[in-house]
Amino acid sequence: MTYVVKPKFHHPELPKNDLGYTHRDYEGKISTLCAGCGHDSITGAIIEACFKLAIEPHRVAKISGIGCSSKTPDYFLGNSHGFNSVHGRMPSVLTGANLANRDLIYLGVSGDGDSASIGFGQFAHSIRRGVNMTYIVENNGVYGLTKGQFSATADRGSKSKRGVTNTDSAIDLVGIALQLGASFVARSFSGDKTQLVPIIEAAIKHNGASFIDVISPCVAFNNHTGSTKSFDYVREHNEAVNRLDVITGRAPITVDYAPGTVQVVEQHDGTKLALRKVDADYDVHDRLAAMAFLQKHAAKGQVVTGLLYVDADAEDLHAHLNTVAAPLNTLGEKELCPGTAALEKINAALR
Amino acid sequence: MKPTDISAPDYFHKVVDCQWACPAHTPVPEYIRLIAAGRYSDAYMINWESNVFPGILGRTCDRPCEPACRRGRVEKEPVAICRLKRVAADFKDDIKSRLPKTPALKNGKRIALVGGGPASLAVARDLAPMGYECVVFDQDAKSGGMMRTQIPKFRLPESVIDEECNYILDLGIEFVGNKRIDSLKALLAENFDAIFVGCGAPRGRDLDIPGRKEAANNIHIGIDWLSNVSFGHINAIGKRVIVLGGGNTAMDCCRSSRRLGGEDVKVIVRSGFEEMKASPWEKEDALHEDIPIFNFLVPKEFTHDNGKLTGVTFEKVKAVRDAKGRRDLVPTGEPEQHFACDDVLVAVGQENAFPWIERDVGIEFDKWDMPKVDSKTMASTHPKVFFGGDAAFGPKNIIWAVAHGHEAAISIDKFCHDEDINDRPAPQVKVTSQKMGIHEWSYDNEIAPDKRYRVPHRDKVVALRDIKAEVELGYDVELALREAERCLNCDVQTVFAGQLCIECDACVDICPMDCITFTANGEQADLRTRLQAPAKNLTQDLYVGDSLKTGRVMVKDEDVCLHCGLCAERCPTGAWDMQKYLIDMTHAEQACQRHARSAA
Repeated sequence: MTYVVKPKFHHPELPKNDLGYTHRDYEGKISTLCAGCGHDSITGAIIEACFKLAIEPHRVAKISGIGCSSKTPDYFLGNSHGFNSVHGRMPSVLTGANLANRDLIYLGVSGDGDSASIGFGQFAHSIRRGVNMTYIVENNGVYGLTKGQFSATADRGSKSKRGVTNTDSAIDLVGIALQLGASFVARSFSGDKTQLVPIIEAAIKHNGASFIDVISPCVAFNNHTGSTKSFDYVREHNEAVNRLDVITGRAPITVDYAPGTVQVVEQHDGTKLALRKVDADYDVHDRLAAMAFLQKHAAKGQVVTGLLYVDADAEDLHAHLNTVAAPLNTLGEKELCPGTAALEKINAALR
Repeated sequence: MKPTDISAPDYFHKVVDCQWACPAHTPVPEYIRLIAAGRYSDAYMINWESNVFPGILGRTCDRPCEPACRRGRVEKEPVAICRLKRVAADFKDDIKSRLPKTPALKNGKRIALVGGGPASLAVARDLAPMGYECVVFDQDAKSGGMMRTQIPKFRLPESVIDEECNYILDLGIEFVGNKRIDSLKALLAENFDAIFVGCGAPRGRDLDIPGRKEAANNIHIGIDWLSNVSFGHINAIGKRVIVLGGGNTAMDCCRSSRRLGGEDVKVIVRSGFEEMKASPWEKEDALHEDIPIFNFLVPKEFTHDNGKLTGVTFEKVKAVRDAKGRRDLVPTGEPEQHFACDDVLVAVGQENAFPWIERDVGIEFDKWDMPKVDSKTMASTHPKVFFGGDAAFGPKNIIWAVAHGHEAAISIDKFCHDEDINDRPAPQVKVTSQKMGIHEWSYDNEIAPDKRYRVPHRDKVVALRDIKAEVELGYDVELALREAERCLNCDVQTVFAGQLCIECDACVDICPMDCITFTANGEQADLRTRLQAPAKNLTQDLYVGDSLKTGRVMVKDEDVCLHCGLCAERCPTGAWDMQKYLIDMTHAEQACQRHARSAA
């Protein structure tokens, strides 16, 4: 807990985005998480990404479940809509909200407990349905709020703070997301904002189910030797496949890349993702290869990060269901009560 | 960049901008915290030790600290440091028992001090408690020098001067009033162990233009006129007064005129209004008393009729910058302008004058006829003679005179003990953690936007009736507390220990001013462009910390750090700590103790 109020002053030279906001305008309340928590860095990255994309805060709905991670929406986008749902039910609440108002930007924030244990089913179904959202798991491999038991994402063989070895297999949420058809899958590390911020930007700009697994060390219970989710371990075993630059609008790509090192992916809304390849053979469009690549490296104890898979032409749940194009709250009585004739027609079709 | 050496005393000293800017290096945040705590006497003593005249300076200081104040960089206006100093003086208890005692045993050294102004008194204050016998000579009956003769009583009441001069004279100092020294040779013959010259810059510059002689009766030299007013020799002036000059003396002249019968008083300056030498607040006070300031007018002639001054004729000029960027005032070619008046006060500068120093006593003079004085030791070319205050390098101000006095006292002490005066003892630095427990810090770190509080003024009509009625009433306790809380505690330093850092970014994320960046090292110019927020203020240092596991460096731009301590509060490993930096500037007494220790 921090009791010092964050001063309202900001740097006089702070850059402003197209809306005239500084990144400070995207902040929320001061964090009540433990000092040094990886989740706070992810909060910082979300703030930075929304600032860079010049998102209007009132166009965002941030939805979470229960856990340390699920507290974080209170710490960013203080002027956005928020819903703190019950444990593991973030994906369902988000799906419902998305169906009712497809115009908002949906930011689902969850943790490894919330998504890989109690809400595993909810997670799976929101992904396979292709809900247009950015689903961020703040993954620390440990139940922090209950003082450090292994979570479902803790690697087999890793050690708890008290020296106990984990005997269960880990759920790899990235692998599951790929298998279930997520059209944007990435993994990053809370301690590497230069990688994480553009990934969040790209995910927000992606049309379809975007899933980001962010390794986020728990400084209180999972940052020791023997942990595979500690700052030191992730830094040593980080295997980044690419680095990302997000170019919004119609601006041409002016960044100078060495030839052959960059792959440009144009997303549905015209946003361009410039992927600077670190691993030359890695193809970001090949779902199967991505899954194999992940498994292979996981076996070696490596943490693969970067944009792992993207389908730029993906469709979302609304396209699948052929729903009305306007948010439900904009529909008038005429559209909502089309009259007896229309009802008769529907009933006839069901007979 | 190389990692910052925070053990160098100057590094953190520079971060305390106010203290660094103060010639006497008064620990400003330290005494402001004491004021906020209601410990006025303690705050006063900190000031007294450092700048000798807290009550006087709290009303009259030129305040080099305020333009430097960090609050002025994050908000519009700096903390009212000067007026808070006055608060300490106004609300203190009787502090006499806390003043140094005159030692019963003298050290047998006799020092002569020429002039009884701030420089000499500062030297005497430092030396007397060490056993020196100090004899102060002054042409006037009372001590204080220009503080008493040139600063109008409505800015600085006599009682404050008496009080603070007496604190010093009561240390067993012999004050010889009404005694003008008119031969240094004769003084040297009196066998003093050392002589300090602190006689100020006593000569007001004249304006030699047509009509000066003919209308002499109504043309007065500013500082002489002010001192005559101060002593009560002059108590009236004509209804229409023109003050020539744009410095603080001009402001004192015009405001005094308003109180002695001047109804239509104007200030006319050669330069532009913005470039006037007067402090902005003094200009503001003059304007408030209905004194207009006309600029870009160069006096050409005093007009007169039958030996009676009728006015002044001016040539209109404009500022033009030459190729080298130097400003030049060139005539606009417009017709000359005439301003009618009854009296003129000439306040166009002051000069030093040393007719009493024989040129063959061993003191060298430079081409401007100023004695050659070492800016560090205040020594002249005569081993026994030291200078300070305006006498040393021309007109400055009280706080500089005090700073000179401290340095001269060290030199005199060293000289009297056959030590090398160029060997200056280093200041003592103390750095103490302010962490008291989890989430507990021993200073007020809740920083909030808050505009500068105005000092209450006496009603204008009442103030203008009585030249002795002090215009500024000073902060009351409540206003003082609020103003004190604007202080950012810049002396509570952010101290970084790289070997403890796990690079979790918590400090980067929480810092409200985007001061902290973790990045690859580089040259300073390059680093300054790669930070969370651009570091464009080149006068402010970058704090570079290394020993990080990733091989990156921590770079903190000191410029707009609020010293709120959130970086330390959110640091999981204690790599950041808030530590109070207190630098104890060396005064003669410490220098002496040091000597005693090393000798033992």
